[in-house]
Amino acid sequence: MSAAIPAATLSVAIGERRRRGRNVITASAILLAAMAVLSLSVGATGVSLDVLPGVIADLLAGSGTDTARERLILLEIRLPRTLLAMFVGTALAVSGAMMQGLFRNPLADPGVIGVSAGAALAAVCVIALGHGIAAPVVSLFGIYAVPIAAFLGGMAATMVLVGITARHGHISVGTLLLAGIAIAALAQSLLGLIAFASDDRALRDLTLWTLGSLAGASWTKVLAVAPFGVLIVLLVPRLVRGLNGFLFGEAEAFHLGVEVEKTKRLVVVATAACVGAAVAVAGIIGFLGIVVPHFVRLLTGPDHAYVLPASALLGAALALGADIAARIVVAPAELPLGIVMAIIGAPIFLHLVLKRGIGGLG
Amino acid sequence: MTPGSNRSAGLLFALSVCLVGVAAMGDRSGAAEQAAGTVADTSRIVSIGGDVTEILYALHAAPKIVAVDTTSTFPGKALKEKKSVGYMRALSTEGVLSTNPTVIIAAADAGPPEVVSALKSSSVPYVEVPDVPTPEGIAEKIRLVAAALGAEEEAKALARDVARDFNALADQRRSITKPVRALFVLSVQNGRAMVAGSGTAADAIFALAGAENAAAQINGYKPLADEAAVELAPDVIVAMQNPVPGNEPRKMLELPLFRSTPAAVNKRLIEMDGNYLLNFGPRAGQAARDLMQALYPTLSRSAKGSGQ
Repeated sequence: MSAAIPAATLSVAIGERRRRGRNVITASAILLAAMAVLSLSVGATGVSLDVLPGVIADLLAGSGTDTARERLILLEIRLPRTLLAMFVGTALAVSGAMMQGLFRNPLADPGVIGVSAGAALAAVCVIALGHGIAAPVVSLFGIYAVPIAAFLGGMAATMVLVGITARHGHISVGTLLLAGIAIAALAQSLLGLIAFASDDRALRDLTLWTLGSLAGASWTKVLAVAPFGVLIVLLVPRLVRGLNGFLFGEAEAFHLGVEVEKTKRLVVVATAACVGAAVAVAGIIGFLGIVVPHFVRLLTGPDHAYVLPASALLGAALALGADIAARIVVAPAELPLGIVMAIIGAPIFLHLVLKRGIGGLG
Repeated sequence: MTPGSNRSAGLLFALSVCLVGVAAMGDRSGAAEQAAGTVADTSRIVSIGGDVTEILYALHAAPKIVAVDTTSTFPGKALKEKKSVGYMRALSTEGVLSTNPTVIIAAADAGPPEVVSALKSSSVPYVEVPDVPTPEGIAEKIRLVAAALGAEEEAKALARDVARDFNALADQRRSITKPVRALFVLSVQNGRAMVAGSGTAADAIFALAGAENAAAQINGYKPLADEAAVELAPDVIVAMQNPVPGNEPRKMLELPLFRSTPAAVNKRLIEMDGNYLLNFGPRAGQAARDLMQALYPTLSRSAKGSGQ
């Protein structure tokens, strides 16, 4: 990986920083593994992981009516939910890291390119109009109408944004940021308009959707986001060098030999796809995308060779932790994930920022 | 756009298609097992929806209920003595199953849809109770719940009581010569009133109580423009009881938008328990009767339904 790091970012303490980066990644991976095991072991029913061998044995033997309930809870409820939480956490944290790096702005979150706003608008349209003019769409896709609409809405918003900011083969980063804010504001106002026209039933759903939740996790959703998980793993390592170049500014990155246009485009596409998929399956989950990369930078420094993988692992771990809390605190009821995320993360983050500053950006 | 961005757009499109394809292949119906008949084992019931819980209590099935949702506010002890699975639109699959139910009886409004679909495909029978805000709708709710319980005898008695309430109500309604114009105010925020138009439960209960909905030309619950309130000229304002100090319904009459309406001039405000009035359970007939008596204080009180 060291060959991908531009010489300029290598400070005097290369060895020290590299060691620290690796330690952070290792620690994040261990934390993630622990969280994943915990996520499979705890829940409202009190079914724990020690029944798993029996369940698998029965599954292979093709019998197992006596472990049917355990199988349902472990393999049909907790496992897809755990995988989805990991995907959502990874997608949002990595996207946040890429956006903050691209815009060199510590306030950039994954939604800055309009994807969350577009997704929310489309999802809310389907929720609010599902009994009216959108009924044919809803009856065609059933319970997946909202996730599909959210994903397509997010993509559409980002494509519009890239379309209007791309001039002569060049995307202006500053224009992209401002146009993103404008598009988000427009989507927000249309959202308000739809909320105004909704009945109380749609309004309740709308509110719950914007609070985010993984309660509807299923294998279908896991399959639907799997390609995006693969996309993150394949694409993101190729963006490390480009994003490190952007730390110095766009012109400097160009002079360092970074293909700036290609980097920008890939970052935008990867972010739009990942955030679109995450929002589609979990609704709006704020905070994670902006906070995890900051937290990681405080530990590793600004080098994306460490920031991106550590963000991916830590984002997944945080999403799992928050989801576990969401599931068990008020069991058998459930808290909205977005709320738990903010309650857990915000105080820790505030403490870190006040103590250490915002490592490496801004 | 440039060739580069075309490629990006193509990639995005391919990914979208991929997601849509996988999702569309997925299970659409959730293998909905609509248990229309009797459920074999009703020893552990999860009841979702205020009206469903109310019917179960009225059918003396309370000891069999293991958990209810947070809209099950009547009888008041339901949420105290039973576990809560949370708000009916924000259920959790494992949460509901953790109560070890042998049957789930839920209002059609329960959600989110993915969780309902997962519950339907679990081995626990799932009985869906539609919500139609009419006397016939209530009779159907009772019939469905009773069929699941195998409690036809109790159900007959309950349905008879409910029908008697509605018949008495219909008799009284015929003696109304001049219907009053009533306006249901759901809430007031920043001096702006959210009112119930047509197609709402409040509109349905108004019709049963023999009142004319002053906001009938509005559809659903909508905030009311200041001048429109004057235009609607309600004779009476109906509001939900709200014990929060500073937000009591009687303050509504002092609001500029209502000040010149006949309701405010004659100080006619009716406060009623929101769930009692709007959830269209077995007590809907009584609720409509109480509302009618508050709307028409001079009307004969002779034809009382079965009180509780």
